[in-house]
Amino acid sequence: MADQEGLEARTIDLLLDSTLDSVDVAEESVLKEAQELGFDDEDDLHQIGMSVRECMVNAVVHGNRYNARKKVHVMIQRSSDRLAIVIQDEGEGFNMAALPDPLADENLLRHSGRGLLLIQAYMDEFEIRPRKPHGTEVKMVKILAKAS
Amino acid sequence: MSVKLTTRQVGDVTVVDAVGRITLGEGASTFRDTIRDLASTGHKKILLNLGEVSYIDSSGIGEMVSGFTTLANQGGIVKLLNLTKRVKDLLQITKLYTVFEVFDDEAAAVRSFA
Repeated sequence: MADQEGLEARTIDLLLDSTLDSVDVAEESVLKEAQELGFDDEDDLHQIGMSVRECMVNAVVHGNRYNARKKVHVMIQRSSDRLAIVIQDEGEGFNMAALPDPLADENLLRHSGRGLLLIQAYMDEFEIRPRKPHGTEVKMVKILAKAS
Repeated sequence: MSVKLTTRQVGDVTVVDAVGRITLGEGASTFRDTIRDLASTGHKKILLNLGEVSYIDSSGIGEMVSGFTTLANQGGIVKLLNLTKRVKDLLQITKLYTVFEVFDDEAAAVRSFA
């Protein structure tokens, strides 16, 4: 389906192993789509790339725990001015409300727990929800700003 | 490219010049090992020059914080030098600008340890 400017709207599906190499594959694939859509600002691309990396690391390390039998499903959805990335793992899931607030004074010196904070800061939309029967799904969106 | 760390001594301050990426995997572990080695060999004043660091992810940030606490527990301190805009943004988002002292001038940074 073509959008208003003739650029083809499309979705790319990737089913990736639970390895750190998959983090690079996902980042490269998303950045390729972002550039084709028209993202050309280096800071935007950096923020998109880092958000994908943080989410993929969560899926591979904390979700699937490097389990060779579990996969990470990445969907890259491109439309006229939106780049949406959905990342699903097959882990045990977690309670978002139980995560320590990384900005609380007592947590500032914790070693980990900042990945989701960075994604929320860098992307325009962010949703996280449990999957059934198990796993976690993250959806994040970056809007392409049009020059006036 | 992972991170390459080079250390040099300026008076009693150990300057660590970092080049590359500090991310989960080799980059973060190289960084962690270097800071621990310095701490265990009595280097208590560390100035981390991040001017040539192109990318730090949350794992890299975690290693910086761990280095800070490791040194602090031994009576030492880690300060930061030459942050790029992206790393400054990271410290802003994570509120770690309230933890680390940051400098743009090496001589001023070295003097601050006195």
